[in-house]
Amino acid sequence: MVRVGGVAIRGYGGYVPRYRIRAEEIGRIWGVGAAELPVGEKSVAGPDEDVATMAVEAARMALRRAGIDPRKIGAIHVGSESKPYAVKPTGTIVAEAIGANPSKLAADFEFACKAGTEALSLISGLIQTGIIEYGLAIGADTAQGRPRDALEYTAASGAAAFILGKPDRQAVALIEAWSGYVTDTPDFWRRPFDRYPVHAARFTGAPAYFKHVVGAVKSLLDGDGYSIDEIDYFVFHQPNVKFPLAAAKMLGIPKEKVLPGLLSDKIGNTYSACSLLGLVKVLDQAQPGQKILLASYGSGAGSDAFIIKVLDAILERRDLAPRLDSFLEDKIYIDYATYLKFRGEILRR
Amino acid sequence: MRVPSYWRNMPFIYRLSGWRCEHCGAFHPVKPLLCRRCRSRRFSAVELPRTGRLRAYTILRSPPKEFKDLAPYAIGLIELDDGTRVLGQLTDFRSEELRNGVRVEAVFRRIRVNGEEGLIEYGYKFRPVAREASPP
Amino acid sequence: MGKVFIAGVGFTKIAEHWDRSLDGLLVEASLKAFDNAGLSEVDSIYVGNALAEALQDQMHLGAAVAEDLGLARVPAFRVEAAEASGAAALYAGFNEVASGRADAVLVVGGEKLSDGLPEEVSSGLMMGGRPYYESFIGADFYSLNALLYRIYCERYGCDNLASFPVMSHAHAEGVAHAQYPFKLSLEKVLSSPFIAEPLRRLEVSGIGDGAAAVILVGERLAGKLKSPLSQLQVASATDRLNPFDRESPLRFQSVGLAVSLVLRDARLSRNEIGFIELYDATSIMAALCLESSGFADPGKSGELAARGELDLGGSLPCNTFGGLKARGHPLGATALYQIAEAHLQVTDQAGRNQVDSAGAGLAIAIGGVGATAFASIVKRV
Repeated sequence: MVRVGGVAIRGYGGYVPRYRIRAEEIGRIWGVGAAELPVGEKSVAGPDEDVATMAVEAARMALRRAGIDPRKIGAIHVGSESKPYAVKPTGTIVAEAIGANPSKLAADFEFACKAGTEALSLISGLIQTGIIEYGLAIGADTAQGRPRDALEYTAASGAAAFILGKPDRQAVALIEAWSGYVTDTPDFWRRPFDRYPVHAARFTGAPAYFKHVVGAVKSLLDGDGYSIDEIDYFVFHQPNVKFPLAAAKMLGIPKEKVLPGLLSDKIGNTYSACSLLGLVKVLDQAQPGQKILLASYGSGAGSDAFIIKVLDAILERRDLAPRLDSFLEDKIYIDYATYLKFRGEILRR
Repeated sequence: MRVPSYWRNMPFIYRLSGWRCEHCGAFHPVKPLLCRRCRSRRFSAVELPRTGRLRAYTILRSPPKEFKDLAPYAIGLIELDDGTRVLGQLTDFRSEELRNGVRVEAVFRRIRVNGEEGLIEYGYKFRPVAREASPP
Repeated sequence: MGKVFIAGVGFTKIAEHWDRSLDGLLVEASLKAFDNAGLSEVDSIYVGNALAEALQDQMHLGAAVAEDLGLARVPAFRVEAAEASGAAALYAGFNEVASGRADAVLVVGGEKLSDGLPEEVSSGLMMGGRPYYESFIGADFYSLNALLYRIYCERYGCDNLASFPVMSHAHAEGVAHAQYPFKLSLEKVLSSPFIAEPLRRLEVSGIGDGAAAVILVGERLAGKLKSPLSQLQVASATDRLNPFDRESPLRFQSVGLAVSLVLRDARLSRNEIGFIELYDATSIMAALCLESSGFADPGKSGELAARGELDLGGSLPCNTFGGLKARGHPLGATALYQIAEAHLQVTDQAGRNQVDSAGAGLAIAIGGVGATAFASIVKRV
């Protein structure tokens, strides 16, 4: 664990597209019954959306909450596994759309579902060392679900953005501590010209998700770390509903502290945005002084874990942009054929 | 658009950013030498408001070739909160939300994709405001 | 400025001419005009065309047509003003004769739209706007018309606008050069699918190929020719490209100005106009054309059409051979079809379509959605 000094969240934003497909609609096509479905429904990006467009939505909201001049943002890093270009950074597109160009740093990050929190971690370092005044960390994905595969039910779309800076009276939260736990564990991967990732089924459980999430979280709780009692919310990477609750159980964390940040039943797994959107949901409701533990998970594999303390300014800054609930509640249900059309499976481009 | 032209126009198409004539108030997407309306030569940089009202709309069913895959799509005439009139594609509408007077907001979307290899062109579209937050 | 006369006209049938090229159509119309005028030489050539670069990969049409006519030495120019290119060519040719610089000028307009797909034609028309605005977001010609239609409907009600295509088609029955020489009922128009709501497919002119030509001569040469003559005046005006950047989108100021100017130049009042070749690329444009030129009160043009006032036998015959909707609209050629037809009217050569003792006719051509307007008067001599 690293005790972080001098890094605060100035603004945050979470975006989920309007469209939803129910897991039972997907199950209808493949003959899979309700009992086997890992989530209730998932979000689907519209045909004119992609990681860049969703990242901009989230970033614009983060900017409204932060209330800073976008030209002072020195780094914009987008973490994703479905970025629009294999070569051309998404960060520069986002920067242009929010008026932050020219910036200093803007490479894209990939680390499966933890690319967004990796951006958060590294930008914290840039702030702490004074290399930049403000930084924008984004996790965004329009994850590719292989038809008929188990992950088709959960691979979803969303984006979450955080503007970091030095702590001041406008900061909404403080990053107090951080830990990372990374190994070479090939539980899920995608080769460059393949449309869909491949996963190693049950291997994605104990040796992958649980080992790394528990590993990173323990590093914040053990020794002279934090106690479970002093943390009010636990937000874990949530590829489905079972895993984050099981991780909580393993760690002795009461379920009530996990549920507020658990969105997967309603929106599926938004990959690089996943745990970050849970954090957004919690920031939308937390009170000043409360503490949040965030632990992401990215296949391949690793976990970033943070202790975040909510500050007073959140009360007046929170509603400068729409809360995540308004995106969660604003839904248009689509059928499987429309889903294929939106995902570019019919008109291959 | 060709790459250099697209790049030159990013401020307008990404952020509705442009130039207002200081004499007559006419909005120009690209910094002009001369006001298109009154021929005056002084301009202020401006970012148009991102919200407004839908003044009129239509749905295209036989679009031009660049937009074939998108058909049918809607084009709207929007009156932004400062009175500026702007045309834009409409997105994410439920059919009952597509009516005159509806409040809309500008969002950043893919406008067109040039095949498998070419540039992805981004720009603004408008969608119904489902949620209003307090102004910044 | 000297007087300018139309000494001869010629045009092809408007159709999907799969086996003809653009050059071929331009030559056919030009030769017909030469024959009609009794001339074989001109001092210069003006070619009206909008989309040859886009659909035929051909620029430099002026020199190409001169060569095709065996006149490769004569000054020749391609003139472009979007869909009104033919009228722009006419305006340029008119000036050369009126100034005395030329005795005789060939003005020919042609378009070969069927070489492209309909969506390519639509793309081409969209270039009448700005590449970073209308073209960028796909706000094509039909959508801009549809938005105007909506606003018109809100202000005035618009039940009658579909009467415009009905009127045009009634006049095209039996017209040899028309693309759609048959009647169209109101029911058929109103049940046709939407192109861009509320604009229906049968309220919009189709895609066709054709070429039309006129020979313009000055006074000196006019006296020596045997062919029937008419006198020409042309005026033009522009307005902002996008109708919604204008003060009043429902008033085509360009049309109003051009018509006022040409009436002044011809020393005629509106009452003395015996017929109008309206620019009915869409029903809403026909309405705005008639209203903006002062021949109908705002919101009332549809009523005139519905009541039959614009029929051949009515108080103000329009589109005497079918207009853009029924005779056809091959972009760069269209204005010259209008002029040729007006010439036939005032020289009593219109046959079954003759408007009785028409002293003068007005033709209105529009580029884009009212960004350019040309108003021409063809007068009996």
